[in-house]
Amino acid sequence: MTVKELDAIRKAKEELIQVRRTVREQGEALAGKTGYRKQVLVCGGTGCTSSHSMKVIAQLEQSLEELGIHDVLVVKTGCFGLCALGPIMIVYPEGAFYAQMTPEHVKTVAEKHLVKGGEIVKDLLYRGTVLSDGSVIPFGETPFYKKQMRIALRNCGVIAAEDIEEAIAAGDYAAVEKVLTSMTPDDVINEMLASGLRGRGGAGFPTGRKWAFAKASQGEVKYVCCNADEGDPGAFMDRSVLEGDPHCVLEAMTIAGYAIGAHQGYIYVRAEYPVAVHRLEIAIRQAREYGLLGKNILESGFDFDIEIRLGAGAFVCGEETALMTSIEGHRGEPRPRPPFPAVKGLFGKPTILNNVETWANINPIIMKGAKWFSSIGTETSSGTKVFALGGKITNVGLVEVPMGTTLREIVEEIGGGIPGGKKFKAAQTGGPSGGCIPAACIDTPIDYDSLLAIGSMMGSGGMIILDEDDCMVDIAKFYLEFTADESCGKCTPCRIGTKRLLQLLTKITEGTGEPEDIVKIEELASHMKQSSLCALGQSAPNPILSTLRYFREEYEEHINEKKCRAGVCKAMLNYTILADKCKGCTLCARNCPVKAISGAVKQPHVIDQSKCIKCGVCMSNCKFGAIERR
Amino acid sequence: MEHCNACGTAEQAEKLRAVIESSRETPGCLMHILQEAQAIYGFLPIGVQKTIAEGLGISLSEVYGVVTFYSQFSLKPKGKHRISVCLGTACYVKGSDKILAEVEKQLGIKCGECTEDGLFSIDSCRCVGACGLAPVMMVGEEVYGKLEPGKIKDILDQYRREEQ
Repeated sequence: MTVKELDAIRKAKEELIQVRRTVREQGEALAGKTGYRKQVLVCGGTGCTSSHSMKVIAQLEQSLEELGIHDVLVVKTGCFGLCALGPIMIVYPEGAFYAQMTPEHVKTVAEKHLVKGGEIVKDLLYRGTVLSDGSVIPFGETPFYKKQMRIALRNCGVIAAEDIEEAIAAGDYAAVEKVLTSMTPDDVINEMLASGLRGRGGAGFPTGRKWAFAKASQGEVKYVCCNADEGDPGAFMDRSVLEGDPHCVLEAMTIAGYAIGAHQGYIYVRAEYPVAVHRLEIAIRQAREYGLLGKNILESGFDFDIEIRLGAGAFVCGEETALMTSIEGHRGEPRPRPPFPAVKGLFGKPTILNNVETWANINPIIMKGAKWFSSIGTETSSGTKVFALGGKITNVGLVEVPMGTTLREIVEEIGGGIPGGKKFKAAQTGGPSGGCIPAACIDTPIDYDSLLAIGSMMGSGGMIILDEDDCMVDIAKFYLEFTADESCGKCTPCRIGTKRLLQLLTKITEGTGEPEDIVKIEELASHMKQSSLCALGQSAPNPILSTLRYFREEYEEHINEKKCRAGVCKAMLNYTILADKCKGCTLCARNCPVKAISGAVKQPHVIDQSKCIKCGVCMSNCKFGAIERR
Repeated sequence: MEHCNACGTAEQAEKLRAVIESSRETPGCLMHILQEAQAIYGFLPIGVQKTIAEGLGISLSEVYGVVTFYSQFSLKPKGKHRISVCLGTACYVKGSDKILAEVEKQLGIKCGECTEDGLFSIDSCRCVGACGLAPVMMVGEEVYGKLEPGKIKDILDQYRREEQ
């Protein structure tokens, strides 16, 4: 393909994409030029397909056919971000945001809205877009979207993820065109350095420096790798980029290949992401067909190709040296550094590895410039960060905010607060390698350095919100179970250290902890941090250390008073019946699986503590709130 | 018992041979071959691992070392319907441990095992990525979200009925 041909594709579909970026009058004016009166975008990401968005698309196509509507375009996109309300369907040019769609709802929308002269079906809209006076606002103006700034996710939920022409029209491959036609490899690296972009995989190493090291390494053969082994449980940023805009990763890897002198790239992706793998395969095939991967890209004389390698479920393979060992077909164990991968990486050759979200930032930096990028965010953390917001929060989903946004803005405004009137207790960031940010630090700006300073870390972007019903000792134990299970066993501090920490935590949650256990934990944690081979072992104690720092009194209560204030640790729970509230309805006694409850009809009942297995069935059945858990 | 005791047909052996043949020259091909082999057989019995080791000219211990390192490779057969309960953080804080316990109770087997009739097997997984539906579990490719222990029996019964 030539630059001219690329430009022709871009122009052909430009207005079609533009309709989806503008709403109301401008959108309507644009829509007139595209040949489609309306466009219906349906999310085809994992979140929405899990709640059956494919049935929504099938019904939509059927309804349009039955109604004889041929000027409405149906587009299967990637993630819109508000996963809690899936399946989501957006109708342009109005930008009408329909949530939790069922095939029945789709029929209604087709008959009342998509027909000529139709009107928005307000009852089926996302409630956040309908004001109290009944007027409808574009979804971009709702609290969930208003504070977000989409750079990495710019095309997610905007383009048809399986159509390279839509990707091109939305701006993908414009950066590779600019780089190959007007920039030297040094220009590219200088731009990256000036942008201040830091690795989005967790550690935050400056991307430009990584590339500069690899460029300086001598060697005929070099490699570019993409880390799409998103192992942090509860994080799905990278998956959403791959599902929604796979071409932006292919383009960015090609640019890096040009910058460092590599001609082969590998994407290491979790096999648990079937949709992402499928879309990547399609994207690579299309890019090759269009001559955007392979020999002589855009007639520049530069060759670059990419292969996919599937992971097989090992968390440690997110560590760079382990990932490369795994691509080589071995047990994914980390190697000591130095030598760093930029000198000696995949198959012993100089290699750079960046994470999906980092790659997703390359095109905007090249197109809009390092100066623009570094003006966003904070001084030491430029740009935006994508977070997968989950746990006890109303708007579960994917959010992208400028670095420096406070936790309060994310939780209270974008996230819509904690459901059920519960109190915010902490936010867990960085997964098994990170820590908890307590309510007292809710005004901390979220950037690499501020999070490190308060004992957590950015991590790859998982953010789990915890409320008063979560026990912090139990959360720490949950993460230690994870790291103990995922430790590869190569180095002793991690292999044995994680097991011992888990034993100590188990002891505390089972009510047999002793005061000196906390001292033992702290000592062992410090050894592990200093002497483990890779980041998995070095950071495994973080969830304990940060909870000890902010919630030490909960550990002490578990040990000294044998009390779990959140009511999570079963060994310390007691269910009792409040005599003044009990009406003697016998419901609890009939439902108790171990017959531990006795009492006469219309008389207060009692629980035999020696028989009680603390399952909580009595409490969930009682209609009078007469059962107390302490 | 057919799904639990898949020992391999001539057709499966031929497929495996073709996979080894077509990818043996690719650097780092072992993982790919194991993934394909597991897709063919449903799991990776020692016999299959031996065939791969011989085909690639490497030792069985090297193959076995890789198989046992990664959680997705299984030495044991799986059920016709593979149940996978998500124990990722978002699901955990919404009670996925209780979901797993209920599935185990309903089927009378532990996580990692297969029922005697070969119909179901249970595994846990780390994040399906449908955190908006937490807690979730998958049966085959189907995702069940916003689960409560009380809903498990109905879901399993659907699959049991299909068999009859």
